Amino acid sequence: MFAEDIYTLSTPYREDMSVKGYHFGKGEQSACIIGPMRGKGVQQMYICSQLVKTLKELESNGCICSGREVMVIPVVNSYSMNIGTNFFGVEGEDINSQFPGRTYGDTAEQIAAAVFNRIKDYSFGIQLTAFHMTGESVPHIRMVENGYQNSSLANLFGLPFVVVKKAKPIDTKTLNYNWQSMQTAAFSLYTDSNEKVSVKSAKQALAAILRFLTRMGIIRYESHSGYISHVLKEKDLTAVHTMCGGIFRRKAKVGQDIRYGDAMAEIIDPYRGNTKETILAPTDGIVFFAHSESLIAEGDLAYYLVHRLHE
Amino acid sequence: MVKTVFSIGLSTGENLVIKKNRLEGTGGHGKGKKVAIVTGIHGDELEGQYVCYEMVRRIKERPELLNGVVDVYPALNPVGITVANRMIPKLDMDMNRMFPGDENGTSFERVAAAIVQDLAGADLCIDVHASNRFVKEIPQVRLCEEFSEKLISYARHMNVDMIWTNATETVHEATLAHAMNSMGVPTLVVEMGLGMRVNRSYGRQVAEGIFNLLYELGIWKERPKHIQYPVLSTDGEVEFIRADCSGVFIPAIEHSHFVKKGDKIGEIITPVEGKVEREIVAKKDGLVFTLREYPMVSKGALLARILTDIKTKEGE
Ligand SMILES: [Zn+2]
Repeated sequence: MFAEDIYTLSTPYREDMSVKGYHFGKGEQSACIIGPMRGKGVQQMYICSQLVKTLKELESNGCICSGREVMVIPVVNSYSMNIGTNFFGVEGEDINSQFPGRTYGDTAEQIAAAVFNRIKDYSFGIQLTAFHMTGESVPHIRMVENGYQNSSLANLFGLPFVVVKKAKPIDTKTLNYNWQSMQTAAFSLYTDSNEKVSVKSAKQALAAILRFLTRMGIIRYESHSGYISHVLKEKDLTAVHTMCGGIFRRKAKVGQDIRYGDAMAEIIDPYRGNTKETILAPTDGIVFFAHSESLIAEGDLAYYLVHRLHE
Repeated sequence: MVKTVFSIGLSTGENLVIKKNRLEGTGGHGKGKKVAIVTGIHGDELEGQYVCYEMVRRIKERPELLNGVVDVYPALNPVGITVANRMIPKLDMDMNRMFPGDENGTSFERVAAAIVQDLAGADLCIDVHASNRFVKEIPQVRLCEEFSEKLISYARHMNVDMIWTNATETVHEATLAHAMNSMGVPTLVVEMGLGMRVNRSYGRQVAEGIFNLLYELGIWKERPKHIQYPVLSTDGEVEFIRADCSGVFIPAIEHSHFVKKGDKIGEIITPVEGKVEREIVAKKDGLVFTLREYPMVSKGALLARILTDIKTKEGE
């Protein structure tokens, strides 16, 4: 293993922020795994740190395939990690909407450009990320549909779901989109947690990444075969919105099987304590995403369901 | 008359309410046109507050001069404005990346969709922004290239200092202006001043420009007297000056002044060492139309923008 400083930013009153890459094996730039660009993505950073630890062991046991090189960037936006904000700097820029970046642009664009120039030639790119909205999702691989995406490769992670998302204008500035445009097979990996470490789902994510790297002939690692992924389009997820605001009491959990008409959550009047609304499942399915905060507004997304097809 | 455009429940004892003031003239229906003035998509931009005030005040004072309808929407992101948050509080999302919205989507997608629906059918829409907290701007209209041909004929009457075509920030497809222009409602984006502040003279200048445009459209009967015509520019004529190190920026010039090549624009100092880290010098002649106000800078921070190659369009 060797560590590399990919980008360093100096500021007058803080120590330098340095984006670090950890390299394993030698040879062709095979896979790059990159952690959070938002300062609250602690789970993603944790997974990357565990990956660095595991790859270091594998490397010392000679289990990185010859001619293959892997890089892990555990965190991009460490400055924001230390102050508990998602976005970078006084301007509050989202680094994940600055790609491919500009070497002579704003600070955030310069960070994105430095990182992107370093990672754009890898064959496989795996980004650990989370939803912008607060909530939990079933672990899955997500990819933007832009003509280059390869969902059959995404199956090799062995996670329960692969979601293909139609690119909106705002997506064209994300890392995933730009990686794919550079012919890197890019995957975004989501777990059920973001700000807090969830050891269980972190293990699942770590196993999925190691499984993928094994199947692509990059490392030698004994792993069980995982799930046979269910590939779905984001537009096919059933959105369940609230009809009113209040205190959100969740009953249905992420990953849970539910039937049409099941009570999934209650919205409690924050003054009087009575139930203002009972959210009923609009279809048979599996809970793919669930709102996780205790307060919710009218129209907010409470759940996404994967509609179950009957045999 | 103040009307509610849209209302949606927040979690605790409050609705989020979008309001507008519909001003109907007593000067006859004339061509019956409708013009909308919107502001406050970004909660830290307050220059539009004064523009709205001036518009409503002056129309109420002389309703007989108006023969059409003016709708004034002073706060499209009302919770953001209340706490000086550029984004939508809690969601931490830029509302001007959510248009045209979705009436079956999440709360704010519904808000965005309701705004678009309410603005549909206007003959013209003016979206008043201010700069952010970091840099000060002269009054200008920003156009994206896609619609510039059509919009320039409106923008030139707006009494602004400059029209900037294809400024990267307004090119974005998910902005209100883009959504409205795509629907065939000509929409101008005005930028001026500084975030979290009101510059009254800029506000009056732009209000005067809007009255001038209303006059040109035939729904305001009095032509404002002292209208200036803007400099036209494209990205190629704008020189960006960015910090190439971190520190504290101290400007050496005034905003909205001309500089010559070699003139000092400012310096980046390091207080702990008591020294000047960098001297910032103009590389071309031109008008400093953007100047940094917020002193702390990191590498890449925008310090100034200079409009070079100025062709003034006079004698209009
Ligand atoms: Zn704005």
